This record gives sequence, structure tokens and C-alpha cells, in this order.
Amino acid sequence: MKYKLDDTRPIFLQIKEQLEDSVINGTIMPGERVPSTNEFASYYKINPATAAKGINELVNENILFKKRGVGMFVTENAKDILIEKRKETFYENFIQPLKSEAKKLHVSNEELVDMIKEGNTDAN
Amino acid sequence: MQIEVKNLTKKYQDKLALDNISFLLDEPKIYGLLGRNGAGKTTFMEILSGHILATSGEIMIEHENPFDNQRITESICLIKEGNNFKKDLKVKNVLRIYSIFYSTWDHELADKLVEEYNLNPNAKVKTLSKGMESALGIIVGLASKAPITIFDEPYIGLDAAARKKFYEILVEEYELEKRTIIFSTHLIDEVSLLFEEVLIIQDGELVLKEEAEVLRNKTCSVSGTIQEVESFIKDKDIIGKKQLAGMMTAYVYADMKQARLAGLNVEGVPIQELMIYLTENKKGA
Repeated sequence: MKYKLDDTRPIFLQIKEQLEDSVINGTIMPGERVPSTNEFASYYKINPATAAKGINELVNENILFKKRGVGMFVTENAKDILIEKRKETFYENFIQPLKSEAKKLHVSNEELVDMIKEGNTDAN
Repeated sequence: MQIEVKNLTKKYQDKLALDNISFLLDEPKIYGLLGRNGAGKTTFMEILSGHILATSGEIMIEHENPFDNQRITESICLIKEGNNFKKDLKVKNVLRIYSIFYSTWDHELADKLVEEYNLNPNAKVKTLSKGMESALGIIVGLASKAPITIFDEPYIGLDAAARKKFYEILVEEYELEKRTIIFSTHLIDEVSLLFEEVLIIQDGELVLKEEAEVLRNKTCSVSGTIQEVESFIKDKDIIGKKQLAGMMTAYVYADMKQARLAGLNVEGVPIQELMIYLTENKKGA
């Protein structure tokens, strides 16, 4: 859980991303219950309607499902759906900014590829 | 309760406090009413509560004028910055009077809050510190459960921990039962996450009324060389801009992705900053 939300981006998106991250990294497993709208609202002192919007979008995307009177739970294939979705936006969110900064610094594509490979060996 | 503001104007001698404003608050939400000092916020809230009359135009609550209208004023609770209560009354008597006035009064909540804020029920209002008097105002506002509850800078003298407690209880109560809460404050950064909708008043005019999430989504600051920024913002709605050493930052209504693709440095704008740029602009114009 993040300590504080960022007032410069839509709050429902941040609630949504936070739940997505928890599902992707396995903090919340399929079939487990996620915090309710009110729990999010109380924890972050945000408007409950805003928290509800984030959670409802995840229901529409089949990441969460509702058990009447019990709460919201993670679906069986939530993780797969999310990884696919994140891959689709990976280029836009990570590669594009990388390339535009590289261009600014006159780093060629070859140099960029070399750097990524280098990073790989470092990590190993 | 629906609040309809129609061509509302208020003049104090020569000074125009509210200049022909019109808008509709049709749902129980937490509204942030923002603006600089002297913008007309307090005047608006006093007319809304039926305490003073408009010079022309009107506010209709469920199609009725609140002035001298007990049925309506029983549904409205206004907590001001200070002097909410008679100085000679004891805390417990203040609470008793309000509990009789508001049919929606929540005794349990009032007792709980008196304990939380460590108020002595037998103390007279005049012996309370500024912070304690503010706490009493907050208790009355929350426990009134009035369908329209208005907080006008309610926490003078309250420390950060006591304000945090107030926000917590406000959210809890709002979760249990939705009601219209109008919140006016200068500590915007502390409460902006609570707002569902934001209204900004400047020089007696309504300069903005928008959902908080829409603002977070649609407003951004873009930085780059003057040329880059100018070319990006030429067809946009500009809130403000500044430049230094060949670089420019502009605050605009624009799509962040689009701005990033244009190679600009893009950041969101907190609601507090937005209020500052919007009202600065108006002053300068």
C-alpha cells in the first residue's frame, strides 16, 4: 500500500493501479478478498465515490468479481489479463519516454540496445 | 437536497460580493468551495443558510427559498470560522440546543466526538481555547447530520492531528450516509482528495465548477522550450504560463499523453495550484 496518493492524477486510477500491482506481484491471490470501497476511503481519506469507480472498473475488466454481501474478490485469471494489458501499454509508458530522452541526448538506437543488454548482464 | 443558484447577486453598499452567479448542485456530494480571501464564498454560504438575503437573484433549496423558512433551515447546518455559539453557554447546553433544532441529530456521535476531542461538557464556551471552540463547531456540524452541512474554514486553532481526526470521521460519516457537504478552506492540499466536485469563486463570479477527478485528468503543466510549448498550447485552453531562461511552463487543459508525445515535460496540477493560477490570472486581467 502506498502511504499517500498523488493529487495530480485521477485518484480512481491510482486505486486501480494499486490493486493491479498487488495482483500482478502476488500480494493478493486469485479468490482472495480485496479491500472494500469504504476501507480504501477511510485509509486514504478520499471520497468513497472515487474509490468505488476504481474498483468498479476492475470488475468490468474481469479482474475482480462481486460476492453479494461479502465483498470483492480476485478472479481466477486476473493475473494473466493484467500482464497482457500491461504489456500492451509497456511501449507507450516505458519505451517511448526512453527513446525521446535518448534522442535528446543523441544516444543512437544501437547504443540504447547496448545499454539494455549491459543492464541485463549487470543484473545477472 | 437540490440546491439551485439563480442569478445570485449580493451588494454591500458599493461593493459587489456576488455577481450574478448561477449553478446547480443536484446530488449529495462533498463539494469543495474554493477561492481567495474576499472572493464571496462566505457571503454565498450565508445566503444559502438563510442567514442573509440576496440583493437580487435567489438560491432555491428543493424549490424553496431558505430565508425565514424553518422547514429548510432545519436541513442546513453552517459552521463558520468562529463565533458559532453564545459565549455564556456550557458545551453540554450548546449540544442540547442543536439536538432539539435538528431532527436528524445523532446523540451517540456527538457523545463520541466530545470524548475524542477531550471537551469538558461543563465548560462554558468563553473558557474554551480557539482549537476547542473549533472542535465544538465540528462536533455540531457532524452530529447535526443535516442533509446540507456547510463548513466554512471550520478549524482555526485546531492542530494537524485534530484536523486529521476530523477528516477521518467526515469520511466515515459520509460512507454511512451520503449528504451534501460544502467545504470551504484554504488548506486545500489537506482535503482535496475528499472533494467530489470543486467550485472556484473569484471576485464574486464562479470561475470553475468541475468534478475533481476530471480536473486531475484534464489539467497538466507542460514544460519545454518556449517554441515547443507555444506551439503545443496554441489551440488549448490556457490557465497560466511562465518562462525563464528560454524555457516555458504552461498550465493547460490538455491530454497528458498527447503532451508527452510532443516531447514536452508533463506533470499533473494539484487542485491547490490550479486554484492559485486560476485566481491569479483573473486578478491580473
